[in-house]
Amino acid sequence: MMPDLGKYVVEVLSAYAVSIVLLLGLVWVSVRAARKARETLAAVEARKEKRDG
Amino acid sequence: MSIWEYANPKKFIATTTPVLPWVMWAAAVTLVVGLVWGFFFTPDDYRQGSTVKIFYLHVPAAMMAINIWVMMLVTSLIWLIRRHHVSALAAKAAGPIGIVMTLIALFTGAVWGQPIWGTWWVWDPRLTSFLILFLFYLGYMALWTAIEDDDTAADLTSVLCIVGSVFAVLSRYAVNFWNQGLHQGASLSLDAEENVADVFWYPALVCIAGFILLFVALVILRTHTEIRLRRARALETRMRA
Amino acid sequence: MIALLKRDLALAVRAGGGFGLGLAFFLIVIVLVPFGVGPQAELLTRIAPGILWVAALLAALLSLDRIFALDHEDGSLPLLATSPLPLEAVALVKGVAHWITTGLPLTLAAPALGFLLNLQPSAYGFLLITLLVGTPALSMIGTFGAALTVGLRRGGLLLSLLVLPLYIPTLIFGAEAVRRGADGFSATNALVLQGGITLGVFAFLPFATAAALRVNLR
Repeated sequence: MMPDLGKYVVEVLSAYAVSIVLLLGLVWVSVRAARKARETLAAVEARKEKRDG
Repeated sequence: MSIWEYANPKKFIATTTPVLPWVMWAAAVTLVVGLVWGFFFTPDDYRQGSTVKIFYLHVPAAMMAINIWVMMLVTSLIWLIRRHHVSALAAKAAGPIGIVMTLIALFTGAVWGQPIWGTWWVWDPRLTSFLILFLFYLGYMALWTAIEDDDTAADLTSVLCIVGSVFAVLSRYAVNFWNQGLHQGASLSLDAEENVADVFWYPALVCIAGFILLFVALVILRTHTEIRLRRARALETRMRA
Repeated sequence: MIALLKRDLALAVRAGGGFGLGLAFFLIVIVLVPFGVGPQAELLTRIAPGILWVAALLAALLSLDRIFALDHEDGSLPLLATSPLPLEAVALVKGVAHWITTGLPLTLAAPALGFLLNLQPSAYGFLLITLLVGTPALSMIGTFGAALTVGLRRGGLLLSLLVLPLYIPTLIFGAEAVRRGADGFSATNALVLQGGITLGVFAFLPFATAAALRVNLR
């Protein structure tokens, strides 16, 4: 299935590999940060509710 | 009183949350379609061989690297003029995405040039301009993280973004001037200024669309994060008072 | 404005020797280069204009965080802000003061250091001129950066990261002008562009600097 990349195998594959890794990494970091932020805010708001009654 | 102090941020999260999954899926599908099409189903270029396949990564990433900075400039101006917090936080959220896009543009640009130039890096005007843009992004995010007060950080980074934009344009011309010293043949035009055949252009368009959708999804997600963290910080401060 | 300028000049020369530090750093960097790249005369000649420019640029960087630091520490910054002098003028004066105490000495010292790097005889004049035209821009850009980071602990490193990319156009045109002039080509374009940058910087950065100061004084 892999197209014949000729003599540029290293170049093309590394370009794709690095780009995909960077993009997936960014998505992963962003999703994880979003989840943590939601948890942090929920925790702070819960503490506030308890305090204010 | 669990009303959000900031009406704008609340509405922003409320309106964008249902949209977000759709954008994320659209981005994923478009990107996969575009990249698979470009990688597997396009011919080689008679001059560049299979390295032309890098086009489908380099061009969208480079476009996004610049457009994201422009978006940050616009949102910074909106913050300075209209004081919409969402605007400031969206700029902050976009920064790291811009950094990744610039890195991809740099890496793919360098690698693409390797077979033609024979080295892994060349001080080609376009690559050099992206390197400078990368430095501007770094400085911008560094300033955000260095300042504790949210509004102060938003203001100062906005000013930096504006000044930086002027210098970015200035640098583009300076770098072109600087590179005149190189013998002309060395810098191969890497972008779509040459007449790109349709067979290459259509998958590229799909990839560009995919990158744009990915950016929109990520910036919405990251802005949510910033809004929530800011809200949490504000609550903490108030509770401690 | 003159009073503020005189005060800053006196402070810079008196308070703890920031004055000679830049020059000493300039010298040290120039001395280091041949150790790094080897002593071959023709190599040094070729890179001399660029090295001199980069070293001057880095030396100018050293004293940037002091531009507002003293005023910030002793509380006179808010006073400056509420004085009848507009904050933009204060920013301008600060930039000029930095140039007089740092940029100008570096400019005058550069030819003396040029011979260490085997600078072409024809390049000396161009070196002087380009530094004269370009170092004011370095000072004003640096003042802007200092305003952004005033009061930040360890703001010096961040200041460098912010300011150095902004120095690139001035550096490019300055070093190019020296090289072209020394080789007998026309350096006019580069000089004019560099002059344009300096003028533009002085026209528009005082406003950005004042805006940053106002934010930090809130």
